[in-house]
Amino acid sequence: MGTWNVVSGVAWRTLKNALTNPQIALPTIAFPLFFFTAFAGGLSQVSKVPGFDFPPGYTAFQFVFVLLQSAAFGGVFTGFGVARDFEGGFAKRLLLAAPHRSGIVLGYALAALVRWLVVAVLLTVIAFAVGMNVLGGAVDLVGLYVLAALVNFCGFFWAGGIAMRFRTLQAAPLMQMPVFLILFLAPVYVPLDLLQGWIEGVASVNPVTYMLETGRGFVAGNPPHVLGAFALAIGLGAAFWTWAFLGLRKAEAAGA
Amino acid sequence: MSSALPQMGAIARRSVVRTSRQPASIIPPLVFPVVLMAVNAGGLRASTELPGFPTESFLAFALAVPFIQGALFSTMNAGTDLARDIQTGFVNRLSLTALRDSALLVGQLAGVVLLGLVQVAFYLAVGITAGVRFESGPAGMALLFLYGALVALSFGALGAWLAYRTGSGETIQALFPVLFVFLFISSMNAPRNLIGVDWFRIAATLNPVSYMIECVRSLIITGWDWQALALGFGFVVVLGCISLTLASRALRTRMTRT
Repeated sequence: MGTWNVVSGVAWRTLKNALTNPQIALPTIAFPLFFFTAFAGGLSQVSKVPGFDFPPGYTAFQFVFVLLQSAAFGGVFTGFGVARDFEGGFAKRLLLAAPHRSGIVLGYALAALVRWLVVAVLLTVIAFAVGMNVLGGAVDLVGLYVLAALVNFCGFFWAGGIAMRFRTLQAAPLMQMPVFLILFLAPVYVPLDLLQGWIEGVASVNPVTYMLETGRGFVAGNPPHVLGAFALAIGLGAAFWTWAFLGLRKAEAAGA
Repeated sequence: MSSALPQMGAIARRSVVRTSRQPASIIPPLVFPVVLMAVNAGGLRASTELPGFPTESFLAFALAVPFIQGALFSTMNAGTDLARDIQTGFVNRLSLTALRDSALLVGQLAGVVLLGLVQVAFYLAVGITAGVRFESGPAGMALLFLYGALVALSFGALGAWLAYRTGSGETIQALFPVLFVFLFISSMNAPRNLIGVDWFRIAATLNPVSYMIECVRSLIITGWDWQALALGFGFVVVLGCISLTLASRALRTRMTRT
């Protein structure tokens, strides 16, 4: 049995659980849609604040944030599944059965990606249905979704690393809260240059700010600091990849 | 009635002790709404420049939201705790005793109401520390404690109804996003007259949570707005009556002595 068999087996099982169990599927799908509705619908007048300049409009401005947020949380929610598998003893049997244990982590990561893609398609369809304008071309859109996929990997490898260290769902807030905070400490509602006070300082050094600005630039057709944003996403992905595989070693050492 | 009071007291004491012994039940309802408020107040400060925005401080505007968001946590806490009582057989054992249904329901909600009062004190302290000026003065702050207790009771009873009806903590947790919809599609981040999207403005106008938030907001940024107070208290009382009735009926079914 090769690594791919392990990857596909774990991914299939995780996806089946995630997409067929309403209690797991509902939050994954519902939360991004709530955020999109609440921000794009409830705050549309914010685009009339003096100095706000985003030609595609406020719906597109918020779409990019919610897309990246759904990517990150698609990863985090899959991390919950890892913790649940350890708690229920399934992961122990998986560790015994899999000849290439790295395939287990990669399988979960693949499931996180597919799970997010389902949400991304739904979110994109709804955004276009409510009249979102996109000024960027096809290449820009591919750039946006690739960037979001990298955020998804970061979210999963972070949460998976926590899940394999603590091996209980009680660690869920630890997986979720830092991701939530780092996302919301970026320029969520207005561009960076309209932020004032402490949040302007925090957002300026927040890596998510650069990914968000690049993502919004893809939609507007003039993405700023593309290389920097992708370098940050790949760098963070590599760091969390290491974090997750070190977590796997800890789980192995603990006998899961 | 005389025998119901000691029963109520015993169950209430258990509820309060249980709540106070679980940091996971206390810390998130206090901290999470405040963190979200701080982030929103920072990010949305620019929206106070919109013509017609009712205050120059977005923090003062946003301070009302934790009062209601914290109540949503109360719903989940009450529901999850009661569902655990059902799952562990505690309610079944109680049904073998002479305990009155009303004593069980009111007693179990005592912990939620106590947490609601702690939440009000915490949010007020955060607001005052951050420099928010309460236009309604000390009397308005005192009224917020009464309102906070009523909100906690009403939402807690809603959680109790869900718990008695489903008997499953997992189901209660899964209903959390549904409750969040009511918070998000409301006037939590913008006054209703400044919501530009028509369907959203209509939904926010039809959503009772908007009036619950605006009641608290009026005490902070307006002073004594009797219409906002009447609507806010009115909706909370109506929600409380409906929730308590539903919870009592569901509990009666759950406690059926055979």
